[in-house]
Amino acid sequence: MPHDHDPDHPHTLLPPEPALRVKALETILTRKGLVDPAALDEIIDTYQNRIGPQNGADVVARAWSDPSFRKALLEDATTVVADLGYYGRQGEHIVVVENTPERHNMVVCTLCSCYPWPLLGIPPGWYKSDAYRARAVREPRKVLAEFGVALSSDTAVRVWDSTAEVRYLVLPMRPAGTDGLDRAALAALVTRDSMIGTGLPQSPS
Amino acid sequence: MTRVHDMGGRFGDGAVLPEPQGIPDMGPEWQARALAITLATGALGEWNIDISRHARERLSPKDYTRFTYYEKWVAALADLLVETGLLTRDDLQSGGDLAPEPLVERALRHPKVAEVLAKGAPADRVGGPTERFAVGQAVRTRRPAGNRLCPGGHTRLPTYASGARGTILRLHGTHVLPDSSAHRLGDAPEPLYAVAFPARQLWAFPEHPDDEVILDLWQSYLEPA
Repeated sequence: MPHDHDPDHPHTLLPPEPALRVKALETILTRKGLVDPAALDEIIDTYQNRIGPQNGADVVARAWSDPSFRKALLEDATTVVADLGYYGRQGEHIVVVENTPERHNMVVCTLCSCYPWPLLGIPPGWYKSDAYRARAVREPRKVLAEFGVALSSDTAVRVWDSTAEVRYLVLPMRPAGTDGLDRAALAALVTRDSMIGTGLPQSPS
Repeated sequence: MTRVHDMGGRFGDGAVLPEPQGIPDMGPEWQARALAITLATGALGEWNIDISRHARERLSPKDYTRFTYYEKWVAALADLLVETGLLTRDDLQSGGDLAPEPLVERALRHPKVAEVLAKGAPADRVGGPTERFAVGQAVRTRRPAGNRLCPGGHTRLPTYASGARGTILRLHGTHVLPDSSAHRLGDAPEPLYAVAFPARQLWAFPEHPDDEVILDLWQSYLEPA
């Protein structure tokens, strides 16, 4: 049963100021032996320095470079990205959705903040904001305009609300003028937001 | 029926504020610690993702609204730690005693972090009911959108999509039903579908006649249309 009959939630027993609150909880849990501070450091290092949108950009650049990879990716992304070493927490089930001139894809989680961690890392603040969660499904074009993206009226928008454990990655369209670029150069054009669908890849300079 | 987290379609939240590309800045150190403590205690195995989501959703509307993102995580975690008996109210108030904690052996240690993060927790299951719907079939979502097993319980059918007519776009396989799992009633796996809804089914003033919203919905959320 939901335990919300009690207005006095246990969290109110901790100090109200966020930094003191987290410190208090970490201290209690460490004293009890339930968390290892070195493990906390390792988790933070993982998501601050190692797992981020460069992983997704690698996948996108491969899809742009290799038609058979792209086909396999659109059919069974979970297996294909796992073979590249991109798997784990918040990426157990991955689906890649492809942008075309006729359709632009955009991802949100209106109920919380679901996001493909192994491919993009932890989400940016705006992705978790009330404004994005509330508005992306109802007025995606106005939200896109706030990111500087203007779609033609010939392009339909498909907004994916991540309500289950499936995580979505947008495969953006390959920019014009990139014919001679190798995979690393292509990956450098792929922004985080272009894989969420609130941005477009950069053009080659 | 609804809770404060169920905000899809809501008016009045203002502009979305883009941030620089790349790995996001985690902000003040306490936010990174909050993330890490939440993941580390999750690895103790005393709750699943649905239980932890529901703990955040059960924060009072006042707290949910005034708390920043990681403040929600920390508050919900403190509540869960007490509800599961890992900590007592006295521990939270007084800083905790050194009483032996039976789960110490399960604590996530530094050398195991990479392995645990890489393992994840797949939500697909073998078995469950057979698929009732086929790709291309018209369906309607149930209304009202509440949990049918537990009043006020967790569900993943957002209110904005309740009672709407859509089309089955793809089948994801059979997945754990959050409405059951969040309340320790078992996995109760069901076929999970991506369902496409025309924007005009959902909103009084859709932006474009061809726009759609896709939701991942469990079989029991749907009926033939």
